[in-house]
Order: sequence, then C-alpha cells, then structure tokens
Amino acid sequence: MSGSLTPMRPQPSEATFRVAVVGGGPSGFYAAEGLLRSALPIAVDMFDRLPTPFGLVRSGVAPDHPKLKQVAAVFDRIAHTPGFRYVGGVAIGEDVPLETLRASYHAVILATGAMVDRRMGVPGEGLAGSRSAGEFVGWYNGHPDYSHLRFDLSSERAVVVGHGNVALDVARILLKTADELRHTDIAEHALGALAESRIREVHVVGRRGPCETRFSPKELHEFSDLTSCEPALDEDDLAPHSFASPANAGPDTRAALGMLEAFARGPRTKPRRCVFRFHLDPIAIEGDGRVERAMFRRTRCGEGDAGAELVAIECGLLFSSIGRRSAPLAGAPYDEARGVHANIEGRVVAASAVVPGLYVCGWSKRGPEGTIGANRACSAGTVERVLADLASLAAPPLAAERLIAGAAPRSGSVVDYAAWKRIDAAEVERGRRAGKPREKFVTIGEMIDVGGRRADACCR
Amino acid sequence: MAYVVTDLCCGCRYTECVTVCPVECFHVDETMTYIDPDNCIDCGGCVPVCPVGAIQASYLLAPDKVSWIEINRARSAETPTIISKLPPLPTAEERRKALSA
Repeated sequence: MSGSLTPMRPQPSEATFRVAVVGGGPSGFYAAEGLLRSALPIAVDMFDRLPTPFGLVRSGVAPDHPKLKQVAAVFDRIAHTPGFRYVGGVAIGEDVPLETLRASYHAVILATGAMVDRRMGVPGEGLAGSRSAGEFVGWYNGHPDYSHLRFDLSSERAVVVGHGNVALDVARILLKTADELRHTDIAEHALGALAESRIREVHVVGRRGPCETRFSPKELHEFSDLTSCEPALDEDDLAPHSFASPANAGPDTRAALGMLEAFARGPRTKPRRCVFRFHLDPIAIEGDGRVERAMFRRTRCGEGDAGAELVAIECGLLFSSIGRRSAPLAGAPYDEARGVHANIEGRVVAASAVVPGLYVCGWSKRGPEGTIGANRACSAGTVERVLADLASLAAPPLAAERLIAGAAPRSGSVVDYAAWKRIDAAEVERGRRAGKPREKFVTIGEMIDVGGRRADACCR
Repeated sequence: MAYVVTDLCCGCRYTECVTVCPVECFHVDETMTYIDPDNCIDCGGCVPVCPVGAIQASYLLAPDKVSWIEINRARSAETPTIISKLPPLPTAEERRKALSA
C-alpha cells in the first residue's frame, strides 16, 4: 500500500468523465451513487480526511442507535459499484489544495458536512467544563479528532443548551447506565469514563416553548424507556397553554408535544432525571475557574410577563448544542450567513457567478437539517446539475493518478476501500471479543497501521 | 419498530417518501407504497415529506391503523422496490384536498 493505491477497477478510459467527491459521509455517497447510476461514463474518486468512511454515520449517530447505522450497508454497496474509488486519509485543503483537485477532475463535489459547532457567544463560554455537543459526540464515538478529550463527570448535574436531536443524544448518553451502553459500539474510553460518572440529572434547555422544539418524537420517546432515568419538566417554565398544538403543526410536532406533556405528568421513581426546560435564553456561564452554574433569562411572555426574570442552574458541566456550520475551505466561496459553501441549487457561486465544475451537496449545501435520507434527495439534485454541465466542462489538465500517488504527506499512505475493509474487519473482531458490535480504532495511526498491514505483508 | 404507510396513501401515491429513503425500502403497487420493515432503519425521514401524512411510526399508530403494520410487511414482500419518484396517481390532488378538509 505504502504511497500508492492498488487499482481495484479497470482504469477509466479517455472518454470517461472524472468526478471527485470531497467527503465520505452520507451526502458524498449518495452523490457517488447518482453519478454512477447515470447513463454517462463517469469515474468517481471519493476523498475523506479520515482513513475511515461514512462520516456522521460512524462518528455522529449515537452508539445506542445501531439500526440507523445499518445504512452503512447501502454505502458499502455504492462503494462496490464499478468506477468508484475511495481515497481515505487525504484532507483536501490541507494535503491537497482544492485548486489542484479541480485541475485533476472534470468536476468536484464538496460534501464536507457541517464540522464546526456554533458558539453561544455568552460570557464564560471558555470556562473549563463548558463544551460543545460536537466534542462530546466525537469523543464517545471515537472520532480521532476528539478521542483524546477528557470530560469532568464528577458533578451531579449537567446542562445541555439546545432543543434538537443532538441535545437528546448527549443527554441520553450521559444518563444511561454503563450496562445500557456496554454492548453498543461506544468507544472504550468513553464507556470507562461514563461508568464512573456521577451525573444524575441533565437539564436540556431551550429558548422557546414545547411546540417549537426540533426534537423528533422517536428520540423523545426513548426517554420514557430508560433503565434508571425518567424524563421530567419544570412547572416554572410552563404557561397554561404550553402544550396546545399550533394550527399548522405537522404530525411530528403534535407527537413530540404529546410526549412532552406526558413527561410533565410522569412518575418520579428512578434515580436519574432528564429535565426538559423551556423559555430560557442563556446569558452567561459562571464559576471560579470552571463551570459552576449557567445563567438564563426567562423569555416566556403571556400571563404575568416574566421577561426579566433570571434563572440559575447549578451544574459542573455544560454543553452547547445550538447548531453547526460548514468549515470554510480555501478556494471555495463561503456563505457566512448560511454557514455553507456559497451555492445556488448545488452549483458553487462566487458573487452569484457560477464557479465552473465546482458543486456542493448535503449539509455543506443546505445546512445541518434533515435525516440521513434527506441527503439522498439533496445529492440527487446536485448530481442533476453536474450531469447537465459535464459535457461543457473542460478536460482536466492534470492527472488524478499523480495527485493520488502524492496525496498523503501526513500519513505516508492513502487508504483505499480494501484497506478500510481490513480496518472494519479488525474493529468488528475487537468488538466481538468485548461483546460489542465493533470496537473502533480511535487514532489515525492505528487505522493506517491496520489498513496497511496485509498489503505490506504481501508486497514485501 | 419500523415506519408504516397507511391507507391515507391509497389513491394518492405521491412517492415523495422514496426520494428521501436512505435505504430504498419502499415498495409500490398500483394504489400505494409500502415499507419493508426489515430494511427500514427507523430514520423517520419519510414522515414529514408525505403530502398527506400517510406514514407513521408503528408505535404511534391509532388502533384502527395497526393492521397496516402487517399489510406493509406482506405487500412489501410481494411488490417491487421503487427507487425514484413516480408521478402521483390521477386522483391524488383531489384526494389530498379531501383529506386535509
């Protein structure tokens, strides 16, 4: 393996269009699928900064949601389509400039996701014990960028700011018992730390009311079914009509409201609690050298306007989970307002002029919204634009093979799909010994060692 | 659990669901779509895109809709997979209006 990529498929002929996809998460795979299903002769090279593919399906989806991860089987099938090639461990923008990539392919599709956590912008956000949800999710999922982090789980109460499904993931993982997590693919270091956790209460806090959350009913429902934890609401947060469905509410909103209302009336018998808090706007995080409390201003209006009331929640750990934006990439115009690569329907634009041959799909096109499958429709839309443009795009002056051969200065070797399958098999085997579906490698070095092992053995 | 297409789809068959299904678990016949419960990964992405709200999580089904769990299982085994959007049935618009009235 070292340095070169074993060609797994026939070399694309001169007449083949070459498309690079940057990012091996769901939207990248669905873009590859759309391109390879088209009637045009297209070869797709998918680049990922990590040796391992699948993006947030691997490092975002919670370990206790194994069914959702079965979508990886679809990505695996796409990866085995003739014309597809995986180039792992190569960061476009760091190892290879975007400009060079564009000069080596007819078209480049950015599928870089939303890697940057939004900040709350309140005083005290930098205190020890104040973290972003993304850091915690990356940590318990064994993402190499986060696996070295440490979280202080020695206090009784944690606060999660945000009312989306990521906030629910963070709260649920904090409140599940080690036995509930032991047989998932949670990273070993996280399971060990969580088993020692003294956190017994998590407040999930939002600025708006029960009918304006972004919780999916299915994920709320899980809180009624935990071994040692009950969901609850705080009466002080609620107005008389807090649970009335707005006239235009869809079925998901109605279902979520019904569950929150049931949580408010639920029993109090289990030792751990998840408290859903409403109408609280974060204004500061306070503490002497580390987080001791979070301060909120009550935003509820209506009966007895309480607009100026301050509410303190004592806590030793705080997570902000208020959204994400795409990481800017040198050479790709950025839309600051939307937090995505500037685009019109998937075509990247600079000052509203289309940048020829540069496209975007998934969260880095439309922002971090929707389930995994929403990216399928999103990527299909981008692929339609690519297919419409391909014939008019200039042939690349540089050779993709040369780019790939010299592409991995950091790791010294590119990880192809066969190498990923070796990593995958080794992880599953490690997991089997631990009674888990998988025990992930959590550093890039380990991944590259394992991925390259057999190839090295037979090549030398 | 899985998600279930109910009788609200009958006569509409908009197939918006198919475009957002990450695992291609929708099947189709002349009247409606069905979800293969063994392939569905419970992502719920199809629920909000259905113009008539025909799809629900199995655990949220009203008692008179529970029979659709078995119907989805049986019919998905007998019908072809659908991987891209079809034109809605001719009766779709009329029926959607009737359902939302």
